[in-house]
Amino acid sequence: MKKRCISLLVENDIGVLARISGLFSGKSYNLDSLTVGTTEDTTISRMTITLTSDDQTFEQIKKQLNRSIEVIKVMDFTDMAVHMKELMFVKIHGCLEKDMVKITCIKEIFQVKLIDYNASNVLIESVQTEGRNNELIRLLEENFPGKLEIVRGGNVAIEAISISEK
Amino acid sequence: MNTRIMKGEQNMQITGAELFVKALLAENVNTLFAYPGGQVIDLFDALYDTKELDVIVPRHEQGLVHAADGYARSTGKVGVCLVTSGPGATNLVTGIAAANYDSVPLVCFTGQVPTHLIGNDAFQEVDIVGITRSISKYAVTVRHREELAAAIKKAFCIARTGKPGVVVVDLPKDVQQAMGSDIYPDHVEIRGYKPNTTVHMGQIKKALNCLKQAKYPVFLLGGGVNIAHANEEMTALAEKTGIPVVTTIMGKGAVPTNHPLYVGNIGIHGSYAANMAISQCDLLFSIGVRFNDRITGKVSEFAEKAVIVHVDIDPASISRNIKVDIPIVADAKKAIMALLEKAESLDFSEWRSKIGEWKTQKPLGMEQQELFGVTPLAVIKKINEVFDQAIITTDVGQNQLWTTQFLEITDQKQMLTSGGLGTMGYGLPAALGASLGNPGKDVVAICGDGGVQMNIQEMATAVVYELPITICILNNGYLGNVRQWQEMFFQGRYSGTCLRYRRGCPEKCGTQNNSAAPAAGCPEYIPDFVSLAESYGAKAIRVQKYEEIESALREAKNTKKVPTVIEFIIEREANVLPMVSPGKSIDHMIMEVQTNEKKMY
Repeated sequence: MKKRCISLLVENDIGVLARISGLFSGKSYNLDSLTVGTTEDTTISRMTITLTSDDQTFEQIKKQLNRSIEVIKVMDFTDMAVHMKELMFVKIHGCLEKDMVKITCIKEIFQVKLIDYNASNVLIESVQTEGRNNELIRLLEENFPGKLEIVRGGNVAIEAISISEK
Repeated sequence: MNTRIMKGEQNMQITGAELFVKALLAENVNTLFAYPGGQVIDLFDALYDTKELDVIVPRHEQGLVHAADGYARSTGKVGVCLVTSGPGATNLVTGIAAANYDSVPLVCFTGQVPTHLIGNDAFQEVDIVGITRSISKYAVTVRHREELAAAIKKAFCIARTGKPGVVVVDLPKDVQQAMGSDIYPDHVEIRGYKPNTTVHMGQIKKALNCLKQAKYPVFLLGGGVNIAHANEEMTALAEKTGIPVVTTIMGKGAVPTNHPLYVGNIGIHGSYAANMAISQCDLLFSIGVRFNDRITGKVSEFAEKAVIVHVDIDPASISRNIKVDIPIVADAKKAIMALLEKAESLDFSEWRSKIGEWKTQKPLGMEQQELFGVTPLAVIKKINEVFDQAIITTDVGQNQLWTTQFLEITDQKQMLTSGGLGTMGYGLPAALGASLGNPGKDVVAICGDGGVQMNIQEMATAVVYELPITICILNNGYLGNVRQWQEMFFQGRYSGTCLRYRRGCPEKCGTQNNSAAPAAGCPEYIPDFVSLAESYGAKAIRVQKYEEIESALREAKNTKKVPTVIEFIIEREANVLPMVSPGKSIDHMIMEVQTNEKKMY
């Protein structure tokens, strides 16, 4: 089993997302995250899919995606130089005055933004690699058990130009 | 429909419904399988004056889509369906899945509520595109009149090219009514769809090199060879190389079954010789097969000594179930022609005589030789004799398995069967479609008493369209295939499989082993197929003796313009043998079942 990443160019049409996600559920393929948005060409959407699978299943997934009429191009990013990031929001509820020191410290280390707050709540915005976001969550959970509300956006990836990060 | 407004010389304004008819004619459609309804009234109205189109109205949409499927399989043309929204559309679902599974080109038009009502839970509204997404090659709702022409063109292109399949085109009522351009394009560009049209010669050479080194090679041919109409070329290739041929159920007839190189069908109910040949071969040269579980048995022991070559048009079929050594993504006919050109004549006489020994040792139908009377073997042998040029359809279950075992197929014969989905109720409507597509040709449906009742209403269609088909019902009063499993693997506990059951039956009638009540005391069968057929206006014959088989078949063959139902009363507990033990490799075959004395009907 290995973590994989596929970037897909698909028709920007009604039902295409359902076709792709239906392929994964119908054939019992595991899917970790799926993001989709339009591209510079408004008739085309680009999806970034991350999943965990063995080699044989992954080959089959790529073939099945390729044979979908709505799929224009399948790119395997698994072993390519790419930039891959994930947007994540973390809300910390019920913060006390003394917690702000910790939060500021974590913010500095992880280079995340505090984008909203009030007397007892703080909202963090993190645009990091998936692994880094996992580490951030772990650290926040240790410090603020039971107080977190997390929204993760799923990975978005693009081919690297001269340096890569994923 | 006389609301045409001229707008320039070439671009006349017509309704969506008129464009629909124009598109069908441009696609050379001459038979349309259609059932009316509220959301397709406009389309039916446009068809009213279209004499070039033969509009066939079956009695149920499931029968309709199987008929279109039978038409498509037997003619090689695209089968076209038109049904209304809601239940009209959902009644197609089983038939769409059946056709798509067996790579049959169909375009299914479904009516839809007007676009402004979609999503409102309107009367007879269903999301048929959503429902058929996983069982079709492509499905689309046409939301704008200006997209209609391209959508239909795309549908036909996708259905008939590459690995053929089913396309669903959902047509909202307002799109059918809206005025727009009358232009129907000759060509349409689909950027996400590029079916392979070439053959990689490097791979062909590699495959042929393997062939030169092989001592025990076998061709394994699937439905892909039949779909590509590569039968002649394939027979020539087998003859040139001298390699024995095994087929799947869908590949049966890829080379004539009476050809000396033909071994038999592989699989759960394949022939012993074919399964042994696959198990022992050192080169498995497979063309147009999917290696599904019905042919592989235990996957890890399937053809384990062999180098495997796999030709298929669909890359996703290659190395999915069985790891392939030499993949060749290509149309079967093109690949076979390339092979034929480069292949050398080889001598495998020793290997062939080995296979011949297996064939003689354990021939098909050996367990039925001892039975007398109206046996499935006897019926199908007589069908072979009486119908030398015919299209044979089957239902699903024992009738299908016996047919695939015993039916002889030559270049003048074809067999249509629901191989992938295994849809009961397929045989009768598929025969209608085959007859409509092949006027003058004999068409025989071989059905069981269970399956034939699943679309029995299509008897009416056969009568009203004067289709002289022969409908053979092998009546054993059971859902025989499941009953056989219950006999062999569930201690004869016939749960839900007796079709002669009535409320008044004893709790344990003991039709098997511990006889509490003799089978002879069973209630009368319902329905009486002979009276039923006659009430439809069909001819009907009941056959209860061996001597009556041939005369009944000849009478049916000589009957014109009217379908004939022949009810063959067969032994209740006849089994399909041999059979691969569940979970075992395909060389582990059960040749006979040890049971008490067989009971007669």
